[in-house]
Amino acid sequence: MLKWIDDHLSYFFTLPTIILVLAMIGFPLAYTLTLSFYDWGMSNITPMRWIGLENYRSLLFDERFLLAVSRTFAFTGLALVVELVLGVGIALFLSRGFAGKNLVKTLFLLPMVATPVAIGLIWTLIYEPTIGIANFILTKLGLQPLVWLGSQATALPSLVVIDIWQWTPMIMLITLAGITALPAEPFESAKVDGASPWQILWKITIKLLRPTIWVAVLLRLIDVLKTFDIIYSTTQGGPGYATETMNILSFRYAFEYFQFGKASASLVLFFAFVLTIAGIFIRLKNRYEVEY
Amino acid sequence: MRFNGKTAESIRSAAFYVVLIAILFCAIFPFLWMILASLKNMVDLLNMDKLFRFKPNLGNYADVFGKYQFLRPLLNSLLIGVVSTILAMLFGLPASYSIAREKKTLYASMILIIRIIPAVSFLVPWYIMFTKLNLAGTYTPLFLSHWLIALPLIIWIMIPYFESIPRELEQAAWVDGCSRFGTFMKIILPISSPGILTAGLLAFIFSWNNFIFALVLCTDKTKTLPTAIFNFISYTEINWSGLMAAAVIITAPILLISICLQKYIITGLTAGAVKG
Repeated sequence: MLKWIDDHLSYFFTLPTIILVLAMIGFPLAYTLTLSFYDWGMSNITPMRWIGLENYRSLLFDERFLLAVSRTFAFTGLALVVELVLGVGIALFLSRGFAGKNLVKTLFLLPMVATPVAIGLIWTLIYEPTIGIANFILTKLGLQPLVWLGSQATALPSLVVIDIWQWTPMIMLITLAGITALPAEPFESAKVDGASPWQILWKITIKLLRPTIWVAVLLRLIDVLKTFDIIYSTTQGGPGYATETMNILSFRYAFEYFQFGKASASLVLFFAFVLTIAGIFIRLKNRYEVEY
Repeated sequence: MRFNGKTAESIRSAAFYVVLIAILFCAIFPFLWMILASLKNMVDLLNMDKLFRFKPNLGNYADVFGKYQFLRPLLNSLLIGVVSTILAMLFGLPASYSIAREKKTLYASMILIIRIIPAVSFLVPWYIMFTKLNLAGTYTPLFLSHWLIALPLIIWIMIPYFESIPRELEQAAWVDGCSRFGTFMKIILPISSPGILTAGLLAFIFSWNNFIFALVLCTDKTKTLPTAIFNFISYTEINWSGLMAAAVIITAPILLISICLQKYIITGLTAGAVKG
């Protein structure tokens, strides 16, 4: 018996995980999909009512939902572009050897690992209109103070700044690791051929780093789309609906309004949205990479 | 102006450090600000002239544990982090070893899917399920949900690690009559300890930091630190210094771990991104 188990050990090593993962994920996903066709508020008195595609229809004609979709796009696009440019820029800047490089890497690590809810609160204080440092700096520079998270116009960009502060180090550290792994030969031969530093940067460094940067951006893309903690801990989607992304809105449908059917439909759409965008991105990456 | 090579080089070097310090300042300023604010009383906090000059007091920290009762959430977070990490190790280490040795890429991509699915989409069914199973209010929903955060991390970090171990090592043990299970326990796991440390640290950090699962699944008794600190803001008048003291308490352990073991944390966070 023991011998038989040992011979088939790989099943015993993988099956428990697969079963528990399916129980924790497979079943809930199927349940969410089912719920999305029902009207139900988790009440014992009113039973679940089959309403077909009504939840989806009402979402797709609901301005609040559509605005949340466009906000998710805007938030993700803005954060990703700035993080990419800054992250790669800082990595190239730090790529030369210097004293204290490890200390610098450690300090950059801190925003990524610190608890997001705590980060949200720290930034709420930084953005606080009367006692926050942000307005203190603006006034010192002779600029008009802002209400930051408190106004519909500036709330979302203010949150983007937090995300950039927290996650630029991720792109930076991955790119830096990529730079360390670069081969030396192309650089030596380019120098022999008399290439300018600028040409070396664009034609060799960036080109060789591209696969690494793609992966870094893909990992970020998936996470930015799903940003929850810093938004919910600072604004909970407000003021008004100004910072409601798809994730936040779905959460509110479920756990603030207890409209589980509508929340489920919104989650199914959100999941499809994330999968589609990640899929398009991976496609683009493959097509782009093949050319070279 | 013309400089000779040496002067130009030292100017460039000085400029490099100036820019470097500016960037670093941006990266760590919010943490400094958090610590400063946590040591002030409300009057000093409201007075911008006392930005850096003030009489530090530790009263806020006493309040966090006394008045705002943070000890229980602190212990809860610790318990949930440790238990879910150990559980995820029990499942994840053997699974990732099998995936690494037998090229089960299908399972590997299944694990990746967990990363892509928005966490809220589990929460609705879980909430209903745990309520119906009468598990709401116990630690079980939190152990299980945090297990699910830790598992993909551990598998993702451990697959490349196990792949890098030469097969000859196991084959030699099998020839000597060691069972497959024995080989895994006595040979593979001990030499993988740096990888296991990396995976364990990250799993614990992600569990400690997680907010959304506890937000829905916890009760007063099982509240974790992030939810406790979040409830803190709903007090009518925000006690900013107390809040910042709470923020220090929740981030300090993580920041200290990261500073002491930065090599492992960076390896873990960037795992799979660079094919070196």
